[in-house]
Amino acid sequence: MFEFYLCNTRLVADISGALFWPEKQTVIFSDLHLEKGSWFAKQNVLLPPYDTLDTLNRVEKVVNYFKPSRVISLGDSFHDDTWMERISKEQIAKILNLTNNYEWFWIQGNHDPCGVPSLGGINLSDYLDPPLTFRHEAKRESADGEVSGHFHPKAKIKLNRKSFSDRCFISDETRVILPAFGSFTGGLNVMDKAISSFFRDDFKVFLLGSKVRQFPKSALIS
Amino acid sequence: MPKNFIENWFKKKSWKLHDHQIKMIESGALGLSTLLIAPTGGGKTLAGFLPSIIELNANPTNSLHTVYISPLKALTVDVARNLLEPLSEMNLKITVETRTGDTPQSKRQRQRKSPPNILLTTPESLALLISYPDSPNIFQELKCIVIDELHALAPTKRGDLLSLALARLITWAPNARRVGLSATIPYPAEMAEYLSCDQTINPVQIIEAKTTKKPSVEILIGNSRLPWSGHMGTYAVDEIYSAILNHETSLIFVNTRAQAELVFQALWKVNEKNLAVALHHGSLSVEQRRIVESAMVKGALRAVVATSSLDLGIDWAAVDLVIQIGAPKGVSRLLQRIGRSNHRLDEPSKAILVPANRFEVLECEAAFQSVLDENLDGDILRQGGLDVLAQHIQGVACSGPFDKQVLFNEIRKASAYKDLSLEDFNSVISFVCDGGYALKTYDRYRRIKLDDNDLYRIVDSSTERRYRMNVGTIVESTTLKVKMRRGRFLGEVEEYFAQGLVPGDTFMFAGRLLTFEGIRETTIDVSPGRGETPKVPSYIGGRLPLSSNLAEGVRALLQNPSSWRNLAAPVKEWLERQEQLSTLPKSDELLVEIFQRRKLFYMVAYSFEGRNAHQTLGMLLTRRMERSGTQPLGFVATDYAIAIWSLKQPSNIEDLFDEDMLGDDLENWMAESTVLKRTFRDVAVIAGLIDRRLPGHKKTGKQVTFSSDLIYDVLRKYDPNHILLRATRADAARGFTDIHRLGALLKRIKTNINVKYLTKVSPLAVPILLEIGRENVKGSAIEALLDDAEEALISEGMAIQ
Repeated sequence: MFEFYLCNTRLVADISGALFWPEKQTVIFSDLHLEKGSWFAKQNVLLPPYDTLDTLNRVEKVVNYFKPSRVISLGDSFHDDTWMERISKEQIAKILNLTNNYEWFWIQGNHDPCGVPSLGGINLSDYLDPPLTFRHEAKRESADGEVSGHFHPKAKIKLNRKSFSDRCFISDETRVILPAFGSFTGGLNVMDKAISSFFRDDFKVFLLGSKVRQFPKSALIS
Repeated sequence: MPKNFIENWFKKKSWKLHDHQIKMIESGALGLSTLLIAPTGGGKTLAGFLPSIIELNANPTNSLHTVYISPLKALTVDVARNLLEPLSEMNLKITVETRTGDTPQSKRQRQRKSPPNILLTTPESLALLISYPDSPNIFQELKCIVIDELHALAPTKRGDLLSLALARLITWAPNARRVGLSATIPYPAEMAEYLSCDQTINPVQIIEAKTTKKPSVEILIGNSRLPWSGHMGTYAVDEIYSAILNHETSLIFVNTRAQAELVFQALWKVNEKNLAVALHHGSLSVEQRRIVESAMVKGALRAVVATSSLDLGIDWAAVDLVIQIGAPKGVSRLLQRIGRSNHRLDEPSKAILVPANRFEVLECEAAFQSVLDENLDGDILRQGGLDVLAQHIQGVACSGPFDKQVLFNEIRKASAYKDLSLEDFNSVISFVCDGGYALKTYDRYRRIKLDDNDLYRIVDSSTERRYRMNVGTIVESTTLKVKMRRGRFLGEVEEYFAQGLVPGDTFMFAGRLLTFEGIRETTIDVSPGRGETPKVPSYIGGRLPLSSNLAEGVRALLQNPSSWRNLAAPVKEWLERQEQLSTLPKSDELLVEIFQRRKLFYMVAYSFEGRNAHQTLGMLLTRRMERSGTQPLGFVATDYAIAIWSLKQPSNIEDLFDEDMLGDDLENWMAESTVLKRTFRDVAVIAGLIDRRLPGHKKTGKQVTFSSDLIYDVLRKYDPNHILLRATRADAARGFTDIHRLGALLKRIKTNINVKYLTKVSPLAVPILLEIGRENVKGSAIEALLDDAEEALISEGMAIQ
């Protein structure tokens, strides 16, 4: 766990890739991409069908640990719009159990533009709880207190002759982008302009691994 | 005599048919399958074709008569040229064509309708050719299958694929003769079995062409100080240069691409006479390699520095000297390399071995003895990979509906799969159908289904398309193009190498010093470099582990001082000192030295089992030492020994080396190891779970690497016995971890461990400890900072929860 401040609000970057807002007892996940495996299967690429199960198991582990009153899923909760045809009853039960037990917000993402209907929880395009704003994809004009996902940030540090790379949070004290939480989600290096251009040069990454570590831009490689 | 026209042609060329060529003609006339074992040169390839030429001359036909399979695309082109010339000189109307990945689509389609008499192809292109519904027709009249460089193909996954194709061809053309052409190998009977499919029905006879003269080999030790460690061999560059001066054309083999770059550079520094010395290795662009090869054919070069990129290939008669720089690692490979000089059977090849350090002197000496004694080593044939089988079954399905039992029987005729269990076969079938997952089935997304006649049938054409795009068992590691700014393309380097570079870094590539400017997508930009000391590309992959045979030779040499008389003086002195100050490792025991140095304890074990097995041993020993509180800090593995350093003195050495480390410790390490993930990626690509990088496709190899790691993690968690994980573990066990060899060592030395407690480092341990320095390069302040981060990360096992 790693504490940092966004608009003077204390937040915790969890080793799992989830974000915790202690003051509001809120856990935030991003980019779960549920049923991505079966989406591939539909395209004839028969990836293992365990990603939804695995992602939800890890979600449960996090909420059981923090015992929040509120959970926000920052969009791309499902990999596509037709997941209903493919998801198993067991996974539906798992999700309903979560949305029944917590105040649950589904933010809409580009993969699930209609949000997540019919599984409990509340659907929103974005969600404002001052001083923070939760949305799927960062907006150029409005940095202050923005918490978003979408880009699947990861970072690479150079270690002598090797390098280490993993998912990460990226923040410059005005906004934060969360790593993707889903089991089958790849990543984009934060040094890519698509991500880094949202941040001041003094941004930090909170790199996941065996524990969360902070690195400045100067320690990162593309 | 039906073969008169051939004899006349030989006469016209004032050549003589070799004995083995005559025997090949005779066995062809009898319709026998044959394995021809002959050293490089001596008209081996032509010998394989002579019976077909005779038959086609007697009975002209429009159909496909002979399929020739070579491991190299370039070789099919060369062989076609070498075949067409005599055919036209003999006035024969026999059609010869190549079919490889480079053949245009239109030509490939035409070849399926009207094939040539002789088709030259590769295992991958053959797999594609047999995957069409009309394929059986193409091969109906097939009379002969020739496999060139069989020794190089058979022990690999490409060999698995080829053996399955062979079994299929035999179903369609049961009377086709099979001909294998092989370099000298230690296990001819097994190789014959690979060809036969079924020794009782189709026995394969073996014809062996003996060389009349043994190669002349000498070991060259430079006049400068013989290095204690390092593998580059540049200390002897002056002597190497004079050897080049004294010969017409020299072929200089090295072990890694990095070494090739360095040696090439060093030679040009002393190249006062401006001799034409060229460079050839697998990272250079194809165009550059072709330029070097054709200059070689023309005799325009005095020397080529090459890696295994030139181990196989067309014969160059002009080469009169082969120089091997660095330890040869295996006897068969060395012989093959030596055989590339003086391509006439009746003249001895000439070779010079240049050891790069003291241990390599011993290895060269052992290799020298083995060459004289013809004590060959080589890969034993493998059990076929289940991933390759999955790919083959997809190909079979593309060619039409199949009956499971019939297919099983056919597959068991492929020698690599003769012991395939029905259970494994069923698992692979179910993987091919719907992924074969234990917990949830993808019923709706089946690629292959049982139809009403109980035949397995492909569901839609997308499966077929994907199969054709992904065929083959060579999974390239992700590479980046090296390009001059606003200039030309120089070649490719592995991604991991590029990752270690920071703009401004210099490195040697394509024989020149380059400055790294930056990475753009899949290209790294470079500019001409300045300065003297480059950061050399460290292509680790090229290093082969020391073979068991050579290891035995080195052990025998070490324990027998009377055999040291040929050794160079500094080496002899080094061994004598070892005898005084510690002891020499004996064949039947494991010598372990323990000593303290600068507050650290060092344990050096002289196990001589090759780098891969030692790497695994190091991982397992450090785990154990961690558990017992010895606090190991690191280890280094060479081909000859392993050194581990720790904060506390290691104790209970016998227990430490107990065989049971191959149980849970191994299992746990393998599960976490990133190398296993890389192996899984290859397996997943070959089996058709994920697509390989395709030309024109946006998906880069990088994405495959990343997502396949995720797939591996999830699969291991929820489906640990999935067929692809089993295939991955099997690959790992025989590949990079060399567990078989490690297991044999632990069994052999059980209770025979000789532990020596010393007050300081022993002479024999010096080269190994010097390797440690090599691995750790001091950097700037930020690097030191990151080193701390690395320590923290590595000590915590880099485990992702």
